[in-house]
Amino acid sequence: MCWGSANFKPIWQTRAVVNINVQGKKYPATDPYLVGREKIREFASAVFSTSATSHDVDAAIAAGYADLVAPPTFAVVIQERSLHTVLADPEADIDFSRVVHGDQRFVHKRPILAGDELTSVLEVASVKSLGAHSMITFNTEIFDSANELVCTAISTLVVRGGE
Amino acid sequence: MSTKHIDINSLTVGDLIGSRTFTFTRDSLVRYAGASGDFNPIHYRDDFAKSVGLDGVLAHGMLTMGAAVQVAIDWAGDAGRIADYGVRFTKPVFVDAAAGASVEVTGKIGEIKIDEALVRIDLTAVCADLAVLGKAQAWVRL
Repeated sequence: MCWGSANFKPIWQTRAVVNINVQGKKYPATDPYLVGREKIREFASAVFSTSATSHDVDAAIAAGYADLVAPPTFAVVIQERSLHTVLADPEADIDFSRVVHGDQRFVHKRPILAGDELTSVLEVASVKSLGAHSMITFNTEIFDSANELVCTAISTLVVRGGE
Repeated sequence: MSTKHIDINSLTVGDLIGSRTFTFTRDSLVRYAGASGDFNPIHYRDDFAKSVGLDGVLAHGMLTMGAAVQVAIDWAGDAGRIADYGVRFTKPVFVDAAAGASVEVTGKIGEIKIDEALVRIDLTAVCADLAVLGKAQAWVRL
């Protein structure tokens, strides 16, 4: 998600943009997401990837992987599931019609592979004021079915202040 | 791990590793929306984009981020070698309904950690003479 998200409200509805008290808040693990081969191929094509290990199972296996390799930014799909739990949280009170994606980072312990069943746990790392705007940083840890950390996704959203 | 082998000792900071021009059309945005699940209408509806104060439909920042790293992936030989990848979204990429938008991505070697077999690729992404990503850095495991 960037430059706004699914939950649109008219731009003239102004209010405090983020509740500072959610800093440090952890959200419960999402339901498992089963990574499918066709989803990896679809996502890889959408980001203009021609990498053989993301499209061709034999090439992935020849390169030493158990199955197709997801592009590194595929982790955003899992991050989104956690972000939706924040969206639905009245305490956070984030007006997503005012959100702009500030920055994004993925730290991979290993690549995401087809067949992975992934859950994610999101923590609000920080809430900062920047003039009329707020900056909120989320750390989303993504785990496999053995509960091993696969990837940490770090996302900063800028929430524009009211006029 | 991969069939491609790059000798880390042969690399020098500043070396150009590759460049690629991506043409984003409205089709690309719809395709990315479906693949990622981000169906924000600012990425496909002009009327909606204008109603929230934008000049027009713009590309998902995550599409630009995801495409840009392909330069590092193509060089490294496979997507599984990207250990760490971060960007800042500095400017929106407006995608004209007819003409689309061109994003030119260039990758250079920014840092080499021989002991850890890690190389940092610094990416630039330019659209209409503006840098649309800032501090775009991908650490590649060799």
